[in-house]
Amino acid sequence: MEFVLACLVGAFFAAAIYLLLSRHTVRMLLGIAILGNAVNLLIFTGGRLTREVPPIIGSGLDTLTAGAANPLPQALILTAIVISFSFFAFLLVLTYRAFQELGTDDTDEMRLAEPKNDPLPPAGY
Amino acid sequence: MAAVTSTPVDLSAAFVMAPTVLGDWLVILPPALMITAGALLMMVRHRMHLHVRIAIPALLLLVLVDAALLFKVATQGPVTMMMGRWLPPFGIAFTVDLFGALMNLVAGTVAFAAGIAALKDINDSGRRYGFFPFLMLLMAGVSGAFLTGDIFNLYVWFEVLLISSFGLLILGSEREQIDGAMKYAVLNLIGTTLFLISVGYLYAIFGTLNMADIALKAREIEGAPLMTLSALFILAFSMKAAAFPVNFWLPASYHTPRITVSALFGGLLTKVGIYALMRVMVMLFPLQREELSLVIGLLAALTLIIAALGMLAQDDMRRMAGYAVIVGIGNMLAGIAVGTVAGISGALLYALHSILAMTALYLVIGRAAALTGTFSLTAAGGIYRVAPGFAFASLALFLAVAGLPPFSGLWPKIMLVKASLDIGAWWLAGTILLSGFLTTVALGRIFLLAYWRPQTKAEGRGEAGETLAQDRQTLWPLYGLIAIITLFGLLPEGPLGLSQLAAEGLLQPVSYIQSVFPAGGAQ
Repeated sequence: MEFVLACLVGAFFAAAIYLLLSRHTVRMLLGIAILGNAVNLLIFTGGRLTREVPPIIGSGLDTLTAGAANPLPQALILTAIVISFSFFAFLLVLTYRAFQELGTDDTDEMRLAEPKNDPLPPAGY
Repeated sequence: MAAVTSTPVDLSAAFVMAPTVLGDWLVILPPALMITAGALLMMVRHRMHLHVRIAIPALLLLVLVDAALLFKVATQGPVTMMMGRWLPPFGIAFTVDLFGALMNLVAGTVAFAAGIAALKDINDSGRRYGFFPFLMLLMAGVSGAFLTGDIFNLYVWFEVLLISSFGLLILGSEREQIDGAMKYAVLNLIGTTLFLISVGYLYAIFGTLNMADIALKAREIEGAPLMTLSALFILAFSMKAAAFPVNFWLPASYHTPRITVSALFGGLLTKVGIYALMRVMVMLFPLQREELSLVIGLLAALTLIIAALGMLAQDDMRRMAGYAVIVGIGNMLAGIAVGTVAGISGALLYALHSILAMTALYLVIGRAAALTGTFSLTAAGGIYRVAPGFAFASLALFLAVAGLPPFSGLWPKIMLVKASLDIGAWWLAGTILLSGFLTTVALGRIFLLAYWRPQTKAEGRGEAGETLAQDRQTLWPLYGLIAIITLFGLLPEGPLGLSQLAAEGLLQPVSYIQSVFPAGGAQ
């Protein structure tokens, strides 16, 4: 099971990085969304997969039984999902505004903050 | 593992039973105070006359709390507070040592200065967009990152400060800002995602997220891929700190927002990356840092040279300041690469100096642009004649940034050069000095062209004369920062001694671990 998920995580990362290498902002956004999910799956797999025993302390017991599933990765993933979701929402709006204001979705043509022929400082008085 | 008992559950085995001492609440107070003030400001966001009255006292309180925390940690050693009273390593720990407390106090001071500077610089529309709430949340993120003792919690604080920095960066929504923010947002998000990936692997290897627990286990564990993990952490934090070759987001974005926002970012954000790098590589994985020290050293040298050359090539003074921030990062990386007590304390002292100096540098440039009407070195001129007092203060700051006596940049640089020579890394010492020389040339050029050269154009002059009179009282955050830098340079014993103690505490985290596990180890 771990092996299958590890391969899946690898495929997610490959797809995310491929999309992030694009010059077009929408593709980069898709890459970021996939990257966030790749990390979540990674944490999930990193917490070891044990499906047989749910992490619930039975009545009359003090501690979890041996081999119970690990609940902590899910808490971590939940936090990471909330954070990456809010960032994704912000980036969507930012990308849309950038397209409206700059008239392009090609990052190579977004040269407003760093103009191509920036003047050099004067060498003397 | 499973145990059936007829007796009632003994809670003392799982919980901290002693009530938290009143003084220990100080540990959580800085982020809690900032989040509360931020929430309060959001509630009154339409009543803008209230913003200043809430924000400035809150920032002043933050500085006082940070100072009290530093005093407590300096006298008592590291302090730990467990969230929800869970016993470590299960609960989330806030652990403050001297290193975190020092960074925290200086960051709070800078935020207070920036808050005062914003009174003039951020207009009503900026306040309506929420400058002060964002500033509060940014400081919550920064101080949370400095104080936490849990590595996943550190990631959460990184995200808190990142999302508030997005808000500050696009404040005003100029076209330039949106362009800069696009690059800043995407690359920083990838940087923090890399950090999260490393945290995921770290949890998979150690099964714990408590830093003291990791520090204990990392020294004993065998056969774990810790080198790969360390390399990932170095990449992630270098990206946050804008070290070469992952520094390109910084000069692309830091010159676009209002100058007060640039000043805050230049002072604080990259140093949080350096803080995290030192915390993880020096305290948690010292053996791996030793192995990778040559790589870190090369990164440091390249950062130092490329950024100094970048400074020389800029016409826009704000972009030059952006490269000056990166030069500082190179110096700190050099200290981490050396890794002795002298090297680490040099890096820490440089970080403290850099937080103050970079904020002041952006504020000086903002003031210079207000006087001449331009940020361009080709067009600026005549400041010395208009405002001689300000020109002297600027010169003091330029000397401090370049690391010349008698200001604060000198001492950390001496420590770094000596520490590199002590371990035989003459090339690293040479690079630090060469980069310092190039920085001096670049800053000297600002002084020569914008200050000494007579006014080149008539435009902007009338506006400058008008703002001069009303600006005088709002200049004092800038003069305050420069006064601290000068004092730091003239009386270096205090900060030097504290940074040496902090570096020892980071290299030998015995007291840090003991503050988390009073019994002397995980149960």
